[in-house]
Amino acid sequence: MNVTRRQFFGTTAALAGMAVAPGLLLIEIRQANSATRASSKVRWGMLVDTTRCVEGCTACVTACNKENGLSGGTGPDDSQWIRKIELKEKSTGRALSLPVMCQHCAKPPCVDVCPTGASFKRADGIVLVDRHLCIGCRYCMMACPYKARSFVHEPLHDQKPDVPRGQGCVEACTLCVQRVDRGREPACVEACRTEGRDALLFGDLNDPGSAIARRMREAGARQIRADLALDTGVRYQGF
Amino acid sequence: MAAIALREIEGRSRGWWALFALAGALVLGMLFAWHAMETRGHVITGMTNQVVWGLPHVVAVFLILAASGALNVASTASAFDKRFYKPLAPLSAWLALVLLAGGLAVLGLDLGRSDRLVVAMTHFNFKSIFAWNMFLYSGFFAIVGAYLWTLLDRAVGRHATLAGRVAFVWRLVLTTGTGSIFGFLIAREAYASALLAPTFIVLSIAYGMAIYLLVLIGACAGAGRPLGRGVVERIGRLLGWFVLAGLYFVAVFHLTNLYLAKQAGVERFLLVEGGIYTRLFWIGQVLLGSVVPLVILWSPATRGRRGATVAAAALVVLGGLAQMYVTIIGAQAWPLDLFPGYEMRSSFYDGVIHRYAPSLPEAALALGGLAIALGGALLGVKFLKLLPASLSDETLAPGDGAH
Repeated sequence: MNVTRRQFFGTTAALAGMAVAPGLLLIEIRQANSATRASSKVRWGMLVDTTRCVEGCTACVTACNKENGLSGGTGPDDSQWIRKIELKEKSTGRALSLPVMCQHCAKPPCVDVCPTGASFKRADGIVLVDRHLCIGCRYCMMACPYKARSFVHEPLHDQKPDVPRGQGCVEACTLCVQRVDRGREPACVEACRTEGRDALLFGDLNDPGSAIARRMREAGARQIRADLALDTGVRYQGF
Repeated sequence: MAAIALREIEGRSRGWWALFALAGALVLGMLFAWHAMETRGHVITGMTNQVVWGLPHVVAVFLILAASGALNVASTASAFDKRFYKPLAPLSAWLALVLLAGGLAVLGLDLGRSDRLVVAMTHFNFKSIFAWNMFLYSGFFAIVGAYLWTLLDRAVGRHATLAGRVAFVWRLVLTTGTGSIFGFLIAREAYASALLAPTFIVLSIAYGMAIYLLVLIGACAGAGRPLGRGVVERIGRLLGWFVLAGLYFVAVFHLTNLYLAKQAGVERFLLVEGGIYTRLFWIGQVLLGSVVPLVILWSPATRGRRGATVAAAALVVLGGLAQMYVTIIGAQAWPLDLFPGYEMRSSFYDGVIHRYAPSLPEAALALGGLAIALGGALLGVKFLKLLPASLSDETLAPGDGAH
């Protein structure tokens, strides 16, 4: 085969270009990621107004399941990232309904006990599980006072590309981090508003001017198991 | 007291092979169970999102405790320089190693991602008591292994006292770590007590000594080695003290909990209304696992008798398993109280007692851990000089063997 000098240089340049291009692309992606990297100036949180939450409404649960690709099953082995709890005060009989999910604690016991560091808290306060580091020991589930975590007991199919899950790993509410990083609200908050309840409010707890901070300042808010002093990112009004 | 020769056993008897075959079959069953859990998921176990740790953890924690306790005989010999126990020390150290291996195998194979063990060994969160335990376990293997070497090889025998003392301290720290796995859990009402660490230390000595006695009596009977009634009586009497101390710690633990109003619910559940857990506590742990063995080990009619001591030690082991079942599973069966003062219900089983029934695969996993310890013990007495040629009362002279 006769190859002219011009052809040789041309082919070499093309091959070099093909070799370098993916690297350049990765650099671009990395730069794009660092632009949206979680900032410690922000602390994402959620406020639940239990006076607007009604028994029997599960719009938040359905939206969470759809957004995150959960089956919606309620068997003892099924994952439930958010559930509605119906409460009745023992002394007065007063009834309440509210959603409970990962409370995104500032001092999360799940992160403390995780042997590999798979459970971690982002700079913006969102508590997540690194699916590549989780060994499935379930110590975090033993440690969580809110029963917020689930273990994937079965093989998974048809996962959502934005929400990687894994058999044998532990998972929980991510505050819909895939949406938050794109400037959107968690799916449960959006669904509650669409339903006309508007019982859930999402925002930056660190920003005194944010709607969530204002509402908490004006009407106060409680933490579940406040006695544990975990400084939760999810707060409640009306209980 | 003349030096007592340590010799391997022949290990060719029908009994040895039968036990070894049984251990092998159980380990095989463990591997099948592990493979099934890896491919089909933990859905084939009785563990759920409510009771997240099950029978494998009951047996694994029991074995890890027993490992540390099995070393007690050796510690008494080397760390406290009691001559009577010196010929008994090598078997004690070996049992500690194989029991720990059995317990860790169960824990490792139960992981949701047991293929990621290397992750667990390369990524550490030093705030996690689990991560600390990984160092405590591997350190235990290294230190007890070195200690055993000083016991078996005369060339390094002069270091036995030092190695024994280091091993003694290490085992105390290790069991503190095991107890703290539960003691640090603020979420669960049945845990979150600093008392769990010392309680686990005392219980570990009772479990480990009971297993030691079973193996010693079994090996001597199987290999036809003399074993004096005085020797059995002396170790049995010591076991009795640790069983009693275990009861004391358990009583203090529950009494302090009963004093706290917020703990009343879980205590009533475990001690009165908990069904299987209440029965396992009172009948398994207290009556059969503690009171009956104490009577056998200390009563003049039965103390020192081999058959009676085997029965007592076996009861201590069964009582220990019952205790771990109540401690690990009973505590999870009780629902978390997210809203004190309220009744709760939800699709996620809030506010109700959680059900748990172990399945065949997890039972196979748990039995496999026991089988690893059994197989290891059988191989040890066959290939290592662990067992004294004679443990007759005349040889060991317990009367003047206090120092």
